Parts: sequence; structure tokens; C-alpha cells
Amino acid sequence: MKVLSEGCGELIGWHDPDEHRAWVRANKSRDLKDKRMTIADAVEEYVPDGALVALGGFGHVRVSMAGVYEIIRQRKKHLTLAGKTAVHDSDILIGAGCVDRIEVAYAFGHEMRGLSPASRRAVETGQCKVVAELSNAVYQWRFLAAMMGLPFIPTRNMLGTDTLKYSSAKVIKDPFSGKPICLVPACYPDVVFMHVPRCDMYGNAQIDGTIIEDFELARAARRLILTTEEIVPESEIRRQPWQTAIPFFFVDAVVEVPYGSHPCQMPYLYFFDEEHIGEWLRMSKSLEGVKEYFDKYVYGVKDFTDYLELVGGLRKLDYLKKVEQLRAPMTAPWLKKRG
Amino acid sequence: MKADYTATELLATVASKVLEDGKSVFVGTGLPMIASMLAQRTHAPNLLIIFEAGGIGPRVPVLPISVGDSRTFHEAAAASTMHDVMSLSQAGYVDYGFLGAAMIDWYGNINTTVIGEHDHPKVRLPGSGGANDVGSFCWRTILLMRQEKRRFLKKVDFITTPGYLTGPGAREKAGLPAGAGPYRVITQLGLYDFDEATKRLKLLAVHPGVTIEQIQDNSEFEILIPDHVGTTEPPTPEERRLLREIDPTGMAIGK
Repeated sequence: MKVLSEGCGELIGWHDPDEHRAWVRANKSRDLKDKRMTIADAVEEYVPDGALVALGGFGHVRVSMAGVYEIIRQRKKHLTLAGKTAVHDSDILIGAGCVDRIEVAYAFGHEMRGLSPASRRAVETGQCKVVAELSNAVYQWRFLAAMMGLPFIPTRNMLGTDTLKYSSAKVIKDPFSGKPICLVPACYPDVVFMHVPRCDMYGNAQIDGTIIEDFELARAARRLILTTEEIVPESEIRRQPWQTAIPFFFVDAVVEVPYGSHPCQMPYLYFFDEEHIGEWLRMSKSLEGVKEYFDKYVYGVKDFTDYLELVGGLRKLDYLKKVEQLRAPMTAPWLKKRG
Repeated sequence: MKADYTATELLATVASKVLEDGKSVFVGTGLPMIASMLAQRTHAPNLLIIFEAGGIGPRVPVLPISVGDSRTFHEAAAASTMHDVMSLSQAGYVDYGFLGAAMIDWYGNINTTVIGEHDHPKVRLPGSGGANDVGSFCWRTILLMRQEKRRFLKKVDFITTPGYLTGPGAREKAGLPAGAGPYRVITQLGLYDFDEATKRLKLLAVHPGVTIEQIQDNSEFEILIPDHVGTTEPPTPEERRLLREIDPTGMAIGK
């Protein structure tokens, strides 16, 4: 089939489908076994330097911040990041110097809060290289192709734009309609971190609210680390099995971390900690501030419980719960500037 | 006389009026959300709002911070997936797409990726996000942006999201879904559409007190000016009250 055009973006995370099948057969256990471990052990075991990392959720919604902080604490290097709906997660990881390369659907921004000083500085100075562009739909379809065990998926976007020129997609003539069609390659991240409200010790996980692209991403991941608000008995999962978004055999590690998405939002449980995110956005304007931030909130704390105490403890967490449940109004330091 | 409304309020009210009751709209962060929520509270109670993270038909209580925020599926018809909403958009279910833009050219092509060279950026912007998807799949795309000479450009540094690309027929030739494309552009100066024959940006109406000279002075490219140019309606006190209700903290609307 003749390729009409192709992007110059680097093809990351792709494997020949037969190679992937063989890898799955040899490496992904279908055994129902207890996968509970500490976040430190999970990162040590599954995040080698140079890995392609993707994060579940939506950049600052239902993000495994416990995983993100542990990657930083262990000073992982030369990671490539899947910049899928990347917001606070990627800003922190890039700011900490863990990421050299990123494929971008959305990154370097904080949505309503404005742009991200730390990760923008990294990309504008060349410290972090953008290896390819794509769109949000295309990223999750790359994961869809991967979960289906296909080499690519056809799509009808990106066509005619520079987003396609800088992507790893190719354009061919569709043999059915005769029209040009975009083929987006499968993407299998080496390791994915996902935060969920509940799962059992085997990894059977349920998600409340929008699943975003975690259904596809969990199945595309070569290694999947779940952090969870709580580990529930297996019987609770099996009582409503239609709620299970991720069955156990996709999961490699289960880590119980209450409030593990802080300062990001956890639907129905707690709102964004705007005070904390605001502090990061303010401090990350300078390299000294970035260092100070990580010294205080990552290297300077014993564990996630210690960190939660430092950011305001139960009083703060109770307030964030009220805001999330629309029982208290939100406030944010970045709002004051807009007056 | 000083107007008793802000430019942002005007932008939001003019944008909301473009939307129709009983249609669907794919909504981006910030002002597009406000305009859609305002339309629901005024002339379009059955406007179906769709968010890229999977929120379908929510009753959005207050302005969300993120298009993935739990406010985007509050009392929703469905809390679904990105694959679902992007697929249904590709399949033709979405009438309007609502985007903010940093820079555009006269065919409505949008840059939100980079200022300067891609590999040596002067300013790195967030990239496509869902914008390329919205601009590719939705029947009619509405762009909300600030109009300045450095934003209305003869050529954008990077086409992140397709407008009419190089002119009439170019979208279809590239393989994009047929019959879709940019529909309106709304800035702090006026309301624009695209000329049927040339697919170039054309003035439809100016905001109260804005002159044709201001329209042209704030664009690097020539804007088509028809014989009859309308004037937009300023926000009513009731609309302004609703905007405060939608965005009580002034996150997007200001204080």
C-alpha cells in the first residue's frame, strides 16, 4: 500500500504485534495472586531509567501523584513521557529533571491556571525534547491499537496539519472509500501509573466518574502500577463485576495510598488543592524555587503520610472533600491576580 | 460613555448566541464552557454538552477548572471515555466544536503548539490537546480568541488544528470529514464567519463602539468586509447575572 505522506515524529512505544504477543505470553501473569507492595518497591522494580512512562487520569484529575513523587524520590533519569493530557503530573516530573523526552498531545499548560513555568523552561532551553506531536484522540487511539494487538488504527483527524507532519503517523489511500486516511501506530508504554478509588489485592479495579482513556491505557501498558484510595475485599468487587474497569491480570502492582492523587482532583472524594498547586506554580518560576519545592515536599518527607501532614493534614483534606462535593466554594491563589 | 460590561462578558454572551437548542457542542476549557453553560441557562436548555474526558450531557454546577474535572460529569447523562466521545464526534454526532485559539490565519487554521521553530521554540505552547480532534470532527467549529496583529497572522508558525487549510476543498482533499470546518470566530472586536466561495475570514458584525478600521488594524491579513456589517447585542443585566452565577470566582469571566 502506497504511503501518501508521513510524519517526521519519532515512533515511540511501538512493537511488532507478534513480538508483543510473545512478550505478553512470557511476562504477564494470569495467576490470581496478591500484588500488594510499597510504592518504593513498585518503582524500583518496574521503572528502569530510560523507560517510556504514561500516567492515567487526566493530567491533574485522578493522577497517581504517589507514583510521580516516588519516581522523583528515586531520582529516575532519562525517562520518555507520554504527554497525553499532561498537566500537573508532567510539569512536576519534567521540573524534577526525570524526563528528557516527551511526545506531546497536551503538555506545558495548567488549563485554567495558565502555562507551566518549569516544563516550559525545560523545553525552551532544550533540556527536554519534544520527540513528536499528536492530538488527545490520537494518543488514546494509539493505546486502543495496542490493546487490540494491532499495528495501527485508522483515523480521520490530523490530516493536512503540522500536527501530523510532526507525528509518527502515516497517510495512505483507504482501499474502501478511496479517500486519504491517517494511520496511527500502536503505543505500548513500558510502565503506566494509575490511581483508582478502589481495587482488591489482585488488582481488580473500579473507577468512579469518567474513565478518560484508562480503559485502553491499562490494556496497552506493559507494566501497570495501581495506586488506590483503598484496597477492598475481593467479594466487594465481585458483587458488582460490571463496575470493574481493569481486571487483575493487566495489573503488576497494587499500592494502597489514601489521597494518593493530591494535589490533583479525585472525583467525588477531594478537589484540587489549589493552594498547593499555586505554591508550585509560584516556586517553579525559578530553578532555585524548583529545588526548594522538591527538597521540601519530596526529598524532605519520609513517605506520603508525612507529605499529607505537611500540606495541611486532615483539616486540609476535609476542606478539599467539601469543595469537591460542592459544600464549600473553591479558592485559589492564582484567582486573586485576575481581579 | 463607558460600557457597563466587560469585553469578556461580551465575548461570552455573543458566543452563547451562536449555539442552538437541541444540538450538541464539544467544549474546551474556559470561555467556551461559560458560553455553553450560559446558552443552556437562556435560549438553549437542551444543548447537549460533551467534554473530551468523557462527560456527556452534564448539568455543570459551576465553571470547571479542567475539561476532565468532576464538574464536567456532574449529574451527567453519562460519564464515559475519551474513546467514546472522540469516536462519536468522528461519526458525525457533534454539531458544534468550541475552541480557544492563540493564533489563526485567514482560513481559520489554528496554532496552539509553538511560536518560532518547532525544534527550537521561542515560546512553547501546550500543543493540540483535543483541539485538532474538535477542528477535524465537529460539523461547525467556533473559535474564541483575543484579536491582535500578532494573533491574526498571514501565516501561522504551526498548523495545530485544521481550519480550511489552503482554501476551498482542501479539507476534503486532505481526507478530513467532508462539509465540516470553522464556522464563527469571536474576538473582543467582532464576530466573523467564513466566505462561502473563498473560505476566508469575513466580518459579520462589530461589537458596540468598534470601527471597521479597528477590525483591520488588529489583523496582519486582510479581513473581508461585506457591504452590510451588523452590530452585536451587548450583554443584558440578566445575562451578566447568570455569568456570575456560572463563574462565581471569576475564573474566566474576571471580577
